[in-house]
Amino acid sequence: MDFTFMGETFLTLLQGLPLTLELATTSILAGGILAVIIALIAVIGGPIGRGFTQGYVFVFRGSPLLVQMFLIYYGLGQFRPLLQELGIWIIFREPYWCAVISLTLNTAAYTSEIFRGGLQAVSIQQVEAARACGMSGPLLFRRIVLPIAIRQALPAYGNEIILMLKATALASVITIMEITGLAGKLIADSFRGFEVFIVAGAIYLAITFVVTRLLMIIEFWLSPHLRMRPPSLT
Amino acid sequence: MELMERYLALVGFGETGWGALLLSAAAMTLGVSICGFLTGTVLGSVITFMQLSRFMALHGASWRFMALRWLADGYTTVLRGVPDLLVIYLFYFGGSAFLGYLGGFLGYHGFIGMPAFLTGTLALSVVSAAYQSEVFRGAFKSVASGELEAASAIGMRPWPKFRRIIAPLVLRYAIPGLGNTWQLVLKESALISVTGLVELLRQSQIAAGSTRRPFEFYLTAVILYLIITWASSIVFRRLETRTLRGTRRAL
Repeated sequence: MDFTFMGETFLTLLQGLPLTLELATTSILAGGILAVIIALIAVIGGPIGRGFTQGYVFVFRGSPLLVQMFLIYYGLGQFRPLLQELGIWIIFREPYWCAVISLTLNTAAYTSEIFRGGLQAVSIQQVEAARACGMSGPLLFRRIVLPIAIRQALPAYGNEIILMLKATALASVITIMEITGLAGKLIADSFRGFEVFIVAGAIYLAITFVVTRLLMIIEFWLSPHLRMRPPSLT
Repeated sequence: MELMERYLALVGFGETGWGALLLSAAAMTLGVSICGFLTGTVLGSVITFMQLSRFMALHGASWRFMALRWLADGYTTVLRGVPDLLVIYLFYFGGSAFLGYLGGFLGYHGFIGMPAFLTGTLALSVVSAAYQSEVFRGAFKSVASGELEAASAIGMRPWPKFRRIIAPLVLRYAIPGLGNTWQLVLKESALISVTGLVELLRQSQIAAGSTRRPFEFYLTAVILYLIITWASSIVFRRLETRTLRGTRRAL
């Protein structure tokens, strides 16, 4: 094993870190907002809303992300005159935005199911208790349903965040030079697959480690009722 | 209507259609996924054995079992935390370098490419083994300890106990999780296209390149993938009901 080479590799790959993080945050945030909308349509939209969201989830969960990315980046390029007329060609011309769009649509499908599960796991007794206290509509949703749903959905949502971090690697296939893109280029140039893999893998593991710790802190903060009570002073 | 006809001519089975090629590529996707998944099952169960060696042993836990468990835990953590594309690069380029090194001994100094199908199978199995071992571990945890004690109580040795009691029960509890992992492997197999294996995505790329109709071909690929995932979800649901014969459920 060649440690000077690994050091150089580390410095090269670090240049891709901002792009990986940027891709992940943008698509996780946008996908989260979209997922909330989809989950709400699924829960309160009646049979039509339910059917629509089921179709959306089926298509985006049932096919590989890479194919979705190709469909948006290469496939939509075929409708260039139309897109230019609409003035949105500027977005679909850039591989970065195509990657963000496909990651967003993809994660929204998975996340909406997680949120839907969280919303539907709110027990009817808690809602009834809130009604009995005189809450209704948005107030009940904001104070009771949403906090409980978030708490229940958080562990699964954390998994999805980690999966998205790894999924940003696919953007390298449509010419975006983030960590995996740089690693692939380095491997192809130097033919030292193992060393580059170790360095790139360590960077990804470090990101994952930080993210899981953050999620654990949030989970701890959101579940004070599950912790041991401090001894009372009476 | 005219649009539809043009599309069908493109992906159909006519003289200018790519239908047959796309279908055989879909078969390749299925082939590499099945090989990767099954190899992953074998590897995954070995890792589960390592993680659970504590429970399987006749005597109490010792440092040797601890080391095995750490090794297995490290494996699942790393393989589940690293992008699959990197694993594929590792096997493709790393494998080629290794083959070149072996070739050097035999007096051949050129480039020896790693066979794409083998790369795909290896990468998929190594990644899915990490997921499958977690599934098996969870399933083992849901086997009631009373069943294991009962088996020991009537004098079963470890191997018959494993074959008659543990394996059937673990398999029963693991089927939903294995179904999820299979779907994951199926979707991951699209990444193998970067090594040049002509599976569904690669074939669509080729067709898109030569006809300049990428939208139609990638759309077809999406549809074919959806058909495969939909069909396999049905198969797994059948398997689940079959393994649950004769059990009572509260829900």
